[in-house]
Amino acid sequence: MKAFLMYRDQDFDLGRELPTNEGALTQDLGLNTLFEAMALGDEFLFDVVKKALLSSLTDPEEITYRQQALADCLEEPEIIRDIYRIAVEAIQGEKNIFLGLLKDSPDAILNRSLQVLQLFFDLLKRLRQIADEHAARFRSEAFTRFFAMLEKELDDKYLQTVEHHLKELQFHGGVQISARLGRGNKGANYVLRTPKQQSLMERLPFGNRSGYSFTIPDRDMSGLRAVDELRGRGLNPIANALAQSTDHILSFFTMLRSELAFYIGCLNLHSRLAEKDEPTCFPVPLVSGRDELSAQGLYDVSLSLNLEERVVGNDLGTDGKRLVMITGANQGGKSTFLRSVGLAQLMMQGGMFVPAESFRASVCNGIFTHYKREEDATMTSGKLDEELSRMSDIAAKITPNSILLCNESFASTNEREGSEIARQVVCALIEANVKIFFVTHLFDLAYGFYHERLDTALFLRAERQPDGRRTFRLVEGEPLPTSYGEDSYRRIFSVSSEDAPTTSDVRR
Amino acid sequence: MRFHSILFDQFEGSVEVAELEEPSFFADLNLDQVLESMTTGRKEYDLKPFFYAPLHDVAAVKYRHEVLRDLEKHAVFESVRAFAQRMRRMREHLAQAEKLHYECQKERWFLDAVEIYCDAVRSLAGELAHLEVNSRGFQAFREYLSGYTESEGFTSLAAETQSLKEALAGVKYSVHIKGNRVRVSKYDEEPDYSAEVEKIFAKFKQGAVKSYRVKFPNWPDMNHVEARVLELVARLYPEVFGTLEKYCTHHRDYLDGAIGIFDREVQFYLAYLEYIERFETAGLPFCYPQMSAQSKNVRADGAFDLALANKLVSEGSSVVCNDFYLNDPERILAVTGPNQGGKTTFTRMFGQLHYLASLGLPVPASGARLFLPDQIFTHFEREEDVETLRGKLEDDLIRIHKILEEATGSSIIILNESFSSTTLRDALFLGTEVLNRIAELGSLCVCVTFVDELASLNEATVSMVGTVDPDNPAMRTFKIVRKPPQGLAYAIAIARKYGLTYETLKERVAR
Repeated sequence: MKAFLMYRDQDFDLGRELPTNEGALTQDLGLNTLFEAMALGDEFLFDVVKKALLSSLTDPEEITYRQQALADCLEEPEIIRDIYRIAVEAIQGEKNIFLGLLKDSPDAILNRSLQVLQLFFDLLKRLRQIADEHAARFRSEAFTRFFAMLEKELDDKYLQTVEHHLKELQFHGGVQISARLGRGNKGANYVLRTPKQQSLMERLPFGNRSGYSFTIPDRDMSGLRAVDELRGRGLNPIANALAQSTDHILSFFTMLRSELAFYIGCLNLHSRLAEKDEPTCFPVPLVSGRDELSAQGLYDVSLSLNLEERVVGNDLGTDGKRLVMITGANQGGKSTFLRSVGLAQLMMQGGMFVPAESFRASVCNGIFTHYKREEDATMTSGKLDEELSRMSDIAAKITPNSILLCNESFASTNEREGSEIARQVVCALIEANVKIFFVTHLFDLAYGFYHERLDTALFLRAERQPDGRRTFRLVEGEPLPTSYGEDSYRRIFSVSSEDAPTTSDVRR
Repeated sequence: MRFHSILFDQFEGSVEVAELEEPSFFADLNLDQVLESMTTGRKEYDLKPFFYAPLHDVAAVKYRHEVLRDLEKHAVFESVRAFAQRMRRMREHLAQAEKLHYECQKERWFLDAVEIYCDAVRSLAGELAHLEVNSRGFQAFREYLSGYTESEGFTSLAAETQSLKEALAGVKYSVHIKGNRVRVSKYDEEPDYSAEVEKIFAKFKQGAVKSYRVKFPNWPDMNHVEARVLELVARLYPEVFGTLEKYCTHHRDYLDGAIGIFDREVQFYLAYLEYIERFETAGLPFCYPQMSAQSKNVRADGAFDLALANKLVSEGSSVVCNDFYLNDPERILAVTGPNQGGKTTFTRMFGQLHYLASLGLPVPASGARLFLPDQIFTHFEREEDVETLRGKLEDDLIRIHKILEEATGSSIIILNESFSSTTLRDALFLGTEVLNRIAELGSLCVCVTFVDELASLNEATVSMVGTVDPDNPAMRTFKIVRKPPQGLAYAIAIARKYGLTYETLKERVAR
């Protein structure tokens, strides 16, 4: 029995290794803010959404499978939360049933397993009931299949059989064990035999029986222990089988919880954004390799989650573009823009809705980030080494049809050197079918590419109005030789220019 | 066919071995380590005495060489080894039967022991019949074995054992336990309940999960409840258990004497062959030496010290091999050269080669012609014994004197740094005296010394020298070669390395 709520044909593996650039990605895209909004303080949810988002899907069909399941969840959040609670109850309940003192006796293992099975089947019956009552309201392949599976595998006849055996396994009529002569004529090959329906006659202590019998006197402690051991040898395989079955059913509940946890996280995020009236939409995933990525009202969800008010979204059309170079004013929303692209792509490939009015993009093989790092300010000579070494790590892992987000890369050396290094890196990578979003102050670099008039390059500028105010929108345009550091200077030093208002309310 | 021993061609050879103790030179030649390592895991055979008994007759050596050449054939070796393993298991079963309390159990262990024995004997006989063996030892044993396995005694033993085993395997019973009441009955084909229950929950099966099977101790003995159950099983199957009891009394002395002796003695060869396999794997050769009790024109090519090689091979280091030869009238190898240059190893190699050859075994060399000595004597430097007030030199002299008293022209004498505790003048004098006496006796001798003059003492003496790397004098090659003593050459090379030779130092000081 499999839940298959995350994938059409495979389990959602929480133990799966994350991509090795997970740390950089989390930091550069501000992922923890997103995860926290999804988890609402629940560590388990945090772990699940983190794993789910960082192990991107790369097949548009897989993405659609999740999107449809998520759409069902958004329709029926209470039913989904009910099922989730059942899974949690199963897992908690199992933890609270103890093995007792005689940990290594098949009897103890058998008894505990019976208790756990009783609990599990009570909960499985509740799942069956939910399926009976609500299945019709679900349309996605994932949930339709899931409910149908519950109806089929947990039909009444099966549930009755289980109940019968849970009773039979108490062995009120004693245990019957077959054996052969093993090493040194000791008993061996102990096999537990199906209990017979006893006649009334046989239930009497000296009823009609074949064979010979004896009774251990109550005071013969070692004899009683020996009988227990003999019985244990007979019960050993069945105790093992039952304990393993409880483990299997437990892992069904565990899987169910993990897979639902992702959708619970999505529900949490969705209601948070809905409260703020931030738009969300299901993106259109396209096959990889076509460099498509366009959006309307694309905003940085991490930034929005940290602010009271709504944030500014951007429209973007980069279809067929392999290099998107962003220049322009400081604090003009370049980093925010870069992050919004990465986050939306990542959320799309996790099967989620995205923070935009619309979004369509080719799926990519991986998202990589190369951001300027602030650490190590003292060793200026070591900084370029460090940057190059990180870029070399990326180069070792990156594949065609990946996305690389560069933020002020190679700014740790002088402009000419930095530009030349960056130029070589960028040329090599775009030829290798990597899509690059490059935020830079390196005019030499940006202008150099602009002059080549590549069809596959797009140049965006952080917009500035004639009065010096920033709009936080990016517009297409030729790189300009200065960034607007002067503005920042004025703002921070509270120096006003002739016409400019003070800019403390600059975000609206 | 008469068969008495796989180790000795003459009946007398085997008689006095049992009481032998470790020869005094064993420790000096590190043969004690070799033997210890060889016999580990074979304590039960008590093999050491065989290794303390060198042969003094070239024909006896040849008898062993023949047997060993047969055993070097993989198929023969494996057959004998499999036989030995079965015999060992048989003994374990008998020992177990001894230890147990309940008759029904003792009898079963005994039955199993006999089964293993029959199997061991029959397999070996069957395999040997189809294998090519050329040694007198194996041919005689094969013939003996085939006569034995066809004998009425053996065939009926095997048949009885077989049918009894089958009867016991057919015993199948049921135990019903309810509370403290136990009922034993014949098995009645009830279905396996565990399998049935497992099937019911199979649909939840995910991946591999951990096992909850409790490990029950599997002691050979039984508690009284198991014994009681077995007793009732015996009552359910009276004929089977009755036959078992009679069988045990009847076959108490089943084991054949000659086969028992073969089982022990053949281990002498197996131990050595298994031991040297590790060297052969490392590319170190062994050979059957050409043996003589008369000619002292000995030689060995690519020879090495077994004890040292054992250590080096296990560390993965390489082993340096050395050559030597003596042509009439040469008798004495005088070895000089730098410390830690492999001189002592060379003397051990010389001694080991001759001793192993006298045991009728292949020796660690690619080719060898060796002398079969009447005795081997060693004089190695010893830690000073403070209890004796005689002093070291005196102690050395006393020991050497004793050796010279006992040695004959057919002996081998190995002197390692004798007289190193005295002045050069004394050492020259004493060395000359001793070597002249040995030359007079005509014994074979290796003598490690720091006195160069001893290396050209008389026509019986040959000089051999430990060498160093010419480019780096601090680097030993562990090669001992036949050439005149090198005198100051080594000291000058070291000095040059540090720029302290006469010319260099003058130039440096002149500046």
